Amino acid sequence: MLLHVCQQMIGYTDILTEADKAIGDGDHGIGMARGFEAVSQKLAAGSYASLDQLLKIAGMTLITSIGGAAGVVFGTWFRDGAKNLGGVTALDARVLAAWLADGLAAVKERGKAKPGEKTMVDALEPAAVTSSQVAAAPLDEALAAVTEAARTGMEATKDMIASVGRAKALGERSRSHPDPGAVSTYLILKSMWEYAAEAMSPGQ
Amino acid sequence: MRKAKKILNDPRNVVPEMLDGLVATYKGRVRKLDGVNAMVRTDIPAGKVALLIGGGSGHEPAYHGFVGDNMADGAALGNVFAAPTPDIVLEATKAVHRGKGVLYLYGNYAGDILNFDMAAEMAAEEGIEVRTLLIRDDVASGPIENRRGIGGAMLAVKIAGGAAATLGTLAEVVDVTSKALDNIRSISVALHAGSIPETGQFTFELADDEIEIGMGVHGEPGVWREKMVPTDTLVDKMLEFILQDLPFKRGDEVCVLVNGAGSTTNMELLIANRRTLQVLAANGIVVHECVVGSLFTTQEMAGFSISLMRLDDELKRYYDMPIRSFGWTKW
Repeated sequence: MLLHVCQQMIGYTDILTEADKAIGDGDHGIGMARGFEAVSQKLAAGSYASLDQLLKIAGMTLITSIGGAAGVVFGTWFRDGAKNLGGVTALDARVLAAWLADGLAAVKERGKAKPGEKTMVDALEPAAVTSSQVAAAPLDEALAAVTEAARTGMEATKDMIASVGRAKALGERSRSHPDPGAVSTYLILKSMWEYAAEAMSPGQ
Repeated sequence: MRKAKKILNDPRNVVPEMLDGLVATYKGRVRKLDGVNAMVRTDIPAGKVALLIGGGSGHEPAYHGFVGDNMADGAALGNVFAAPTPDIVLEATKAVHRGKGVLYLYGNYAGDILNFDMAAEMAAEEGIEVRTLLIRDDVASGPIENRRGIGGAMLAVKIAGGAAATLGTLAEVVDVTSKALDNIRSISVALHAGSIPETGQFTFELADDEIEIGMGVHGEPGVWREKMVPTDTLVDKMLEFILQDLPFKRGDEVCVLVNGAGSTTNMELLIANRRTLQVLAANGIVVHECVVGSLFTTQEMAGFSISLMRLDDELKRYYDMPIRSFGWTKW
């Protein structure tokens, strides 16, 4: 599943570049592509005994390869989200909910960002909340709902004015564009959902 | 769109090639760490409190050029205009640590804070004490907690370097550097943008006949956009913002740094400093020393900043210490 996410995110480079050019310096697409390319190379190079080990390695790889603020934020989601998954080997809706909840808490703590500030938190928080509500559902159904929540959250960032990060300096000029980090958050979850729906058997 | 004209090999390798160039130039006084873009002194004394600076590349001679005697012990460098990642900062931390802790001193930018904070936690797990001080000297970027670090950063590095070479504990170095930071104020003016080597694109647009006071190096909006004005009019306006901010008072003693943004000439900087000194004299402010040069740049950006640091006897002692580094040498 993570390999599919990597391939998809590399494919979204141009979409993310355009999103970032509107309110940032336009390097988000290249950065995410570089990060997920590095993760897919890591995955190809080794095998992992558990999901938490896999996600921690993926998170650290994102941090060191994307760089800037985005690297730490997305890497922290992947890495710190896995801290309570000790030894789990398969992804189900309950594991997904724990990963999103812990990841969200860590990202908010690290980035000192609250919802409504036009950041990836605005997509990740509704995703985590929804995920906890559907933790008993089959994985593909849970991911469908989680992806939709992230999409709604991402769309809502269009009406927000950035108050943290580099887009902060744009103030009112940042309005009407979605936050590129929120777009990435949605696309990562959407890629997971596509894979789960395709695979039909959760936990592949 | 017009693209920058630069002499480069593969633009993706500008940072490591630049660091290799400095190591070769400096004949053994600094070294580059294996596999990461970090520069450290080769002769850090045992038992010394360490000073680590850093940030995005592209602001040369900052930050690698300020690694040297009585200056920084190391610098962690990111890609051009991007924060260094935590692994780079951590490797640099371990390389400069001599058992007395490490002071991180860098500009107040979100990406830098996220990466340096994460590195500080990783260093703590390895038993290395780290303290962090943020440089927020730009009076044009709002209330103090929002202020960016600009040219005055170099005055802070000078004081911190002197303190770290002299004092025995990290806490004492933090105290002196905090005092310096509290007394430094800067303001910048932009004429045109610098470019990113990897893309050749300029970081912001400003009309040919316009200038903007307070504009950030990534095009962050400033406080006063005007048609081109003579140097003296511009300097008067810039000093108005600085002097009222601390505020600087009659009888205060200061250091002055007039810092070029990259392509502004020494001629222009000297003309600006000429006026700066006239205005300070008229306000009864005593100038201990002036530095005029391009210490903190943004590629071929045109513009300059004026920084003042108010001195007391202690800060003056550290300011007067000799330093030897690629970016700034003083006897």
